[in-house]
Amino acid sequence: MSPEPRLLEVRKNVLKQNDVIARALRDRFRAQGTYVISLVSSPGAGKTTFLEKTLTVLRPHYRVAALVGDLATENDALRLARSGAPVRQITTGTLCHLEAAMVENSLKDWKLGQLDLLFIENVGNLVCPASYDLGEDLRLVLLSVTEGEDKPLKYPTIFNGADAAVITKIDLAAAVEFDELTANANIQAVRPGMLVFKVSAKTNEGMDGFLQFLAQTHTRSSQNTPV
Amino acid sequence: MHELSIAMSIVDMAQEEAERRNVHIEAVHLELGALSGVVKEALLFSFEIACDGTPLQGSRLVVKDVPIEVYCPACNMPKTLASMQWFCCPDCGTPASEVIHGKELVITALELKQ
Ligand SMILES: [Zn+2]
Repeated sequence: MSPEPRLLEVRKNVLKQNDVIARALRDRFRAQGTYVISLVSSPGAGKTTFLEKTLTVLRPHYRVAALVGDLATENDALRLARSGAPVRQITTGTLCHLEAAMVENSLKDWKLGQLDLLFIENVGNLVCPASYDLGEDLRLVLLSVTEGEDKPLKYPTIFNGADAAVITKIDLAAAVEFDELTANANIQAVRPGMLVFKVSAKTNEGMDGFLQFLAQTHTRSSQNTPV
Repeated sequence: MHELSIAMSIVDMAQEEAERRNVHIEAVHLELGALSGVVKEALLFSFEIACDGTPLQGSRLVVKDVPIEVYCPACNMPKTLASMQWFCCPDCGTPASEVIHGKELVITALELKQ
């Protein structure tokens, strides 16, 4: 008879290192009055186009900036820079998601006290980013009408972990026979009560509603900032 | 796939603990939530690779799946979800978005070599 296995009880959160950095970032953002929004989606969901439009419209009214995670190229950062906002690339190499330490390192000399809104565009991926807190206040998950209505059911973890959903390329909805009701039902199934915005960065449809929501949540968060 | 970097963290953390206590590891026990964003099969496969060339080479990863538990506001108590595609109370059908368990990615125990 083999002896009983000797079990040594420990309790260690595997992602503790990331969580600690994310918590410190969140405290820092809050203390400096910077509201932080991250974006996750699959590749090709129109994340960069949507963010470029958002930055362009917000820039006259808010001090905005963006960090953009990308596997190798700098194309997304160059596109976003056309908005006139400060933009920095985080090249992740082979890593398929951003981690809190990368956000921390990329902030470098940016003075957060001079930024109202900071956007963080994650690497195009609906799986891996789900595990990593980046210290953001608001996590947006984007879904384009060309991806189909069942995306939330295929990726429940990332949808459940987001605070609001944005359906992009809504101008193409009719052409691809996108079923809005089903899409919304699927989002609510994996995240009851989730706010859903339907937008087109091309025609501007729905952008106003989304930007108003951003302005409101930003104001609410700055009023809650302990002095 | 981020399971390899997670497996490497598990190996590092377990080995650090083993060195601190001056013990040798036979297996690492892990709680893995259904909402952790980590795929079990990919993690088990990655763990073997991550152990290669370390003192943990040949050790096992013992995974305990943690189901999603939500708080049902109508029943006023925690409930275990039947499906991660349906965040509603399995008993009364009320939508339930408050997650209590299911995000775990935690080393719970080290099984030691005798
Ligand atoms: Zn119930």
